[in-house]
Amino acid sequence: MRVTVRLFARLRDITGASELARDVAPGATIGDVWRQLVGEFPELASYERSLSSAINADYARMDQVIGDGDEIAFLPPVSGG
Amino acid sequence: MTPPLLAIGRDPLALDRIAAAVAASPGTDPSTSSGQVPDGRDGAVVTFLGLVRNHNLGRSVRYLEYEAYEPLALKAFERIASEIGARWPSARLALHHRIGKLLVGEASIAIATRSPHRGDAYAACRYAIERVKQIAPIWKHEFFDGGEVWIEGATANPDDQQARAEAERIACA
Repeated sequence: MRVTVRLFARLRDITGASELARDVAPGATIGDVWRQLVGEFPELASYERSLSSAINADYARMDQVIGDGDEIAFLPPVSGG
Repeated sequence: MTPPLLAIGRDPLALDRIAAAVAASPGTDPSTSSGQVPDGRDGAVVTFLGLVRNHNLGRSVRYLEYEAYEPLALKAFERIASEIGARWPSARLALHHRIGKLLVGEASIAIATRSPHRGDAYAACRYAIERVKQIAPIWKHEFFDGGEVWIEGATANPDDQQARAEAERIACA
């Protein structure tokens, strides 16, 4: 199945893309997608402990199972205001 | 047209717009719940504008570029409004955040709260800005003399009760 991955701020700079499409196995979690990305872009690994994630524009935990067509977002530490 | 209570976008922010938004927020009296004017119960409106500073951590800031995951940012604002509703039931919140390129001195965030007494309005206003910094998916890209850097603050986790308690502690200090 296929998901859309959204990347923001420095994560976008590291990957060079604000949006990526990725194929994942059925039953995959957000964390699985993240590990796949870290494999492609090792510099992302430094965000392992400070990362937030979302699924279809709702905050979600890394162990949440994803579905076909979902939009997964990875968010570095925030700095709004 | 009344400005929205919660918004994120590229338009410049203005105190009169955020004040008008909170003034039109629904009152606590059910008979005025759709009221477009303040219902007379509230004795306080507090407003806050966050501005782009010309210095940060020893750097001379030229400008900031704000980026957001907009749909989730709006949901984060809704969550903050609901937390304020739980903690200060008589207080109402309006919150506008700007994104895009902002020059030194321009406003990045406008917050207004209203409530029957000033204490709750001040506390809710302070709580709102603290929570935005904790959980809103928004980022500052700082361009300064000699370089640029992404500012990274809190790891956003709306369910982190310790962070929420800290925001409340600051708000009520």
